[in-house]
Amino acid sequence: MPDQPLLDVRDLRVSFRTRRGSVTVVDGLSFSVAPGEILGVVGESGSGKSVSMLAVLRLLTSPNVTVEGEVLFRGRDLLTLPDREMRAVRGREIAMVFQDPMTALTPVYTVGWQIAEQIRAHEKVSRKEAHARAVGLLSDVGIPDAASRANAYPHEFSGGMRQRAVIAMALSCGPALLIADEPTTALDVTVQAQILDLMRELNAEGSAVVLITHDMGVISQIADRVLVMYGGRAAEEGPRRAVFHGPRHPYTWGLLDSVPRVGGARLRRLPTIAGMPVAPGDLPEGCAFAPRCRLRHEQCAERPELRDFGGSAHRDACWLPDDDRAALRLTARAAATDVPDLEREATP
Amino acid sequence: MLQFIVKRFASALLVMFAISVLVFLIFFATPGVDPAARIAGRNADPATLAQVRHSFGLDRPMPVRYLLMMRHLLIDRDLESFVNRGSRVIPQIVQATPVTLSLVVGAALIWMTAGIIMGTAAAALRGRAADPLIMLVGVVGVSLPAYWLGEVVNLITQKQLHGSVFSWVPPPGYVGLDHPGQWALHLLFPWLTLALLYAGIYARLLRGEVVGALNEDYVRTARAKGLSERRILIRHALRCSLIPIVSLFGLDFGALVGGAALLTEVVFGLPGIGKLTFDALQNLDLPVIMGTVLYAAFFVVLANALVDILYARLDPRARHA
Repeated sequence: MPDQPLLDVRDLRVSFRTRRGSVTVVDGLSFSVAPGEILGVVGESGSGKSVSMLAVLRLLTSPNVTVEGEVLFRGRDLLTLPDREMRAVRGREIAMVFQDPMTALTPVYTVGWQIAEQIRAHEKVSRKEAHARAVGLLSDVGIPDAASRANAYPHEFSGGMRQRAVIAMALSCGPALLIADEPTTALDVTVQAQILDLMRELNAEGSAVVLITHDMGVISQIADRVLVMYGGRAAEEGPRRAVFHGPRHPYTWGLLDSVPRVGGARLRRLPTIAGMPVAPGDLPEGCAFAPRCRLRHEQCAERPELRDFGGSAHRDACWLPDDDRAALRLTARAAATDVPDLEREATP
Repeated sequence: MLQFIVKRFASALLVMFAISVLVFLIFFATPGVDPAARIAGRNADPATLAQVRHSFGLDRPMPVRYLLMMRHLLIDRDLESFVNRGSRVIPQIVQATPVTLSLVVGAALIWMTAGIIMGTAAAALRGRAADPLIMLVGVVGVSLPAYWLGEVVNLITQKQLHGSVFSWVPPPGYVGLDHPGQWALHLLFPWLTLALLYAGIYARLLRGEVVGALNEDYVRTARAKGLSERRILIRHALRCSLIPIVSLFGLDFGALVGGAALLTEVVFGLPGIGKLTFDALQNLDLPVIMGTVLYAAFFVVLANALVDILYARLDPRARHA
């Protein structure tokens, strides 16, 4: 079926057992990724972005973690797959790139060896052939003189080169889905752009990408669809244009408004989202964002579900009336910029 | 590489020189210690003392005495013991070396194998009952001193159960390598006794290292690559954990070959370096002490140099540093 999603996550719930009881980090998250699409996942630190993706690949190995829900990949539930079959999925069908390239590679083996290791884990090829493919992959991701650099150790690579090497490794078996967990956060801006180009190229070759980031700029450049997470739940989800041009959830407003702009009148102070990100331990009963929301009302004590309106693909989890969100956003923004000014005038 | 070896060799020479001077000073410049009185025996009259002093060259100035001793030890190689006149130092050391080497190399093989298996298994099984159990065995091993354990082993294998289960155990002592079977049989219990102590330490240390490595990002990458848990444990986590173990091993091995296996040697009646040093110390037999101390220093320095080379092989980050 052409319209069947590649990855379909339903009601994912991740909780950690701690000394002070169970803490739910991902709370009923559902999303899907279509073949060949780029899904951008945004949210503050601690919003459950990384943990939910690690849960998808079953990389949360701590015995104190429980993962519930369904993760359907090509119709198979990854959470109930035997370990052996799960290993065949990891690296071959779903590859993952992590945030910090400095520590992501084993320090005692050459970069080429580590890429060849992954190839040989999934395909019956000779050592030599695997190495040759590793050299080819390194050259594809833009590492100059790949044949000799393949024999270098990770500590001999710069951060950007390492992230390229990690991406080359992720691409080695032609995965249908690449999960990239903040792949550019630890890198220079110029290198960031190169890495994003690499993702785009990969996507052009047919792989779907889930890109986790807290950088709205990155998302606006590359994503087809956007998932905004807050407090381990989906706050808003929709096509990129819809989310950026008509954001519906007050949290998304806050995220977009807090990005500095190059053009236009210079703000005296960058708007921020008041308050602190919600701690996973004390999620409110109702809307997770309610304590920081300027437009909260009685209904927010009840938990909102993701819902669309008018059958569009743009969905959000907020109780505000559907029709005049743009006007409400202006009110909220005015409130956000006014308060600090008043405070400043009052000080002297 | 050549530069590295030359540098190592020079530093080894320097260390050995410093140690020889130190030992010499301890014995000759410490107030109240008179080697001539020891050699001449109790209640010797002043004439005898003077004669002893003269015949051993003890009436010469200190630097001359040092140089003379070094010349006899290293160049003429005919330095004689003060206590047993006529018995030369170098042949004694040459005779004792294979005994100590046999003991320590065999024990090292056993304790490294056991320590690596126990430590890795405990780390892989952490959170389950087997982990604290293995570590408990390790603690017990660490807590049993060689002189006690050796005596108990002797008591059981030579006396209590010698008539039944352990009738194949030969009497304590050493048999040369020209009879490999007997050699191994004589050394079996000394090996196990010495290895038990170190296996416990190494297992505990390695467990900590492997547990730490399993939480590293590169292990998560390895999992995401789709490798098997076994491969991740051995090729990635254990491989990186071996680096600190090797440096510890070098120190322990060097010290043991240099004579630190004394207790095991004495308990099992093995005439090794430790035993030789021990006897020489009891008699204040300076030439023998000087010989064994220099020998020990040489092995400690050599072991450290070997560790440095091995370290560079194990850890590519250390190669260009």
